[in-house]
Amino acid sequence: MKDISRRKLILGGLAATAGVSGLGVAARIAQKYGLIPPDHGGIYGLGETLNYASQRLLTRHSLAREFSRSQISKRPLANEQAPPNESFKRLQAGGFVDWRLTVDGLVDRPAAFSLAQLKSYPSRSQITMVQCEEGWSYIAEWIGVPLSHVLDLVGVQPHARYVAYFSIEPDWWESMDMADALHPQTFLTYGMNGDELPIGNGGPLRMRVSRQLGYKSLKFITRLTVTDSMKKFGKGLGSAEPEGGYAWYAGI
Amino acid sequence: MAELESVQVPPLGVSVADSAAVVPASVAPSRHSALVRVTHWITTLCFLALLVSGVEILISHPRFYWGETGNVLTTPLFQFRIPSSRTLIQNGYGYVLPDQNGWSRYLHFQAAWIVVLTGLLYAISGFFTGHFRKNLLPGKRDVSWRALRATIASHLRFARPSAAEAWSYNVLQRLSYLFVIFVLFPLVVWTGLAMSPAFVSAFPASVNVLGGQQSARTLHFFVSIALVLFLLVHVVMIFVAGFRSRMRAMITGRAGTDLERT
Repeated sequence: MKDISRRKLILGGLAATAGVSGLGVAARIAQKYGLIPPDHGGIYGLGETLNYASQRLLTRHSLAREFSRSQISKRPLANEQAPPNESFKRLQAGGFVDWRLTVDGLVDRPAAFSLAQLKSYPSRSQITMVQCEEGWSYIAEWIGVPLSHVLDLVGVQPHARYVAYFSIEPDWWESMDMADALHPQTFLTYGMNGDELPIGNGGPLRMRVSRQLGYKSLKFITRLTVTDSMKKFGKGLGSAEPEGGYAWYAGI
Repeated sequence: MAELESVQVPPLGVSVADSAAVVPASVAPSRHSALVRVTHWITTLCFLALLVSGVEILISHPRFYWGETGNVLTTPLFQFRIPSSRTLIQNGYGYVLPDQNGWSRYLHFQAAWIVVLTGLLYAISGFFTGHFRKNLLPGKRDVSWRALRATIASHLRFARPSAAEAWSYNVLQRLSYLFVIFVLFPLVVWTGLAMSPAFVSAFPASVNVLGGQQSARTLHFFVSIALVLFLLVHVVMIFVAGFRSRMRAMITGRAGTDLERT
């Protein structure tokens, strides 16, 4: 009995050592294949990394569920007040004709797009669900231009890894990896349910990231930057959300 | 060699009646294997973390719906009129609770990963070691209505279990453990994953067969309630059976009754 437990102890020790060195190797491979999220540090880094890595492996090309027109929510919850800041009010007074989306960073041709320009590109629509991390949801038709189309226009450089995007609201910004940025359902959204995108739902311009929770779909966006590392932004955690205690990856 | 051992040390699966009597204290085998004990306590910690963080997430939107969608503009299936951590919820309290969803969601998923991996280790090794067959699958004689009635009646009288039950589970225990391990646990994981927009993009059937994303959320809540009820009964039964002996068995592996020691 004693001998057996000693043998078990030694075997267990060996297994643990192999496990720990295995983890080291796994971490290096994960880093190479872009499976480590920007907010991987800290006590919840393990769960966040497993969430991000596993869903990246499973869902790189999968499409968010699309619904029929009859499933569109009768009253899409407008959970946003117009941003109270002065520059928004000024642009609103001008009918948003001066609204600009500037695109810079690791691109060959940095540019600024007006809403009219964005609307002149091939428009796409999707009937998908917005889910809030709180638990509520609604379904709407989202109309816009795929982000990949605009990224093609500006010419993304090969070492790009993330797209960071910023709201007209100060300190409100997000980012996503290139798999999501080039995903066919990731839209620069200017329309909803056959009409203009209401301010309460993020109009005049909202990012739509359909395979992640609502907070990834940042409202009132005015700038996006292509980058190879999120370390250069804010506290380096990937977006404003982890700085406020929320996970950067919002696919769950 | 193997035969010699089996003479001295009765295997865990021997029937309730003979086991306790034949085991001399000096060569007593573990009541629970080390793997069962370690996975049990990891699961306990994770379950408590999931429960606390789950309640925190719930109070940010204490309304439940059926179907694909639901929000404050739609009619809930049912709701709890408790103070909430969001201004969207108007339950008539003059205050809003502090937002705890950030760490709650981080903790919920981290604990979920650990408990799922622990559960897989337990389940796979349980099949290989015969743990389920020997310790949890009820014997043919025990699943008759008569035997079940007798066990239920003795439970309803809150009868102290016999010394033999320190060595082996009775039929009600076996059935409820199997139900928790193979029905409730997989269900709570499934309904949880069915709420993930990324997961269901890869496996849409996982949410469609449940009736929609809000249905998955509502079912997740009910399965969690069932697990909490199991936990409550489990803890009460440990006190009925003898807190010290059962805790000792699950921590050190040594069995026996409280009466023997006091």
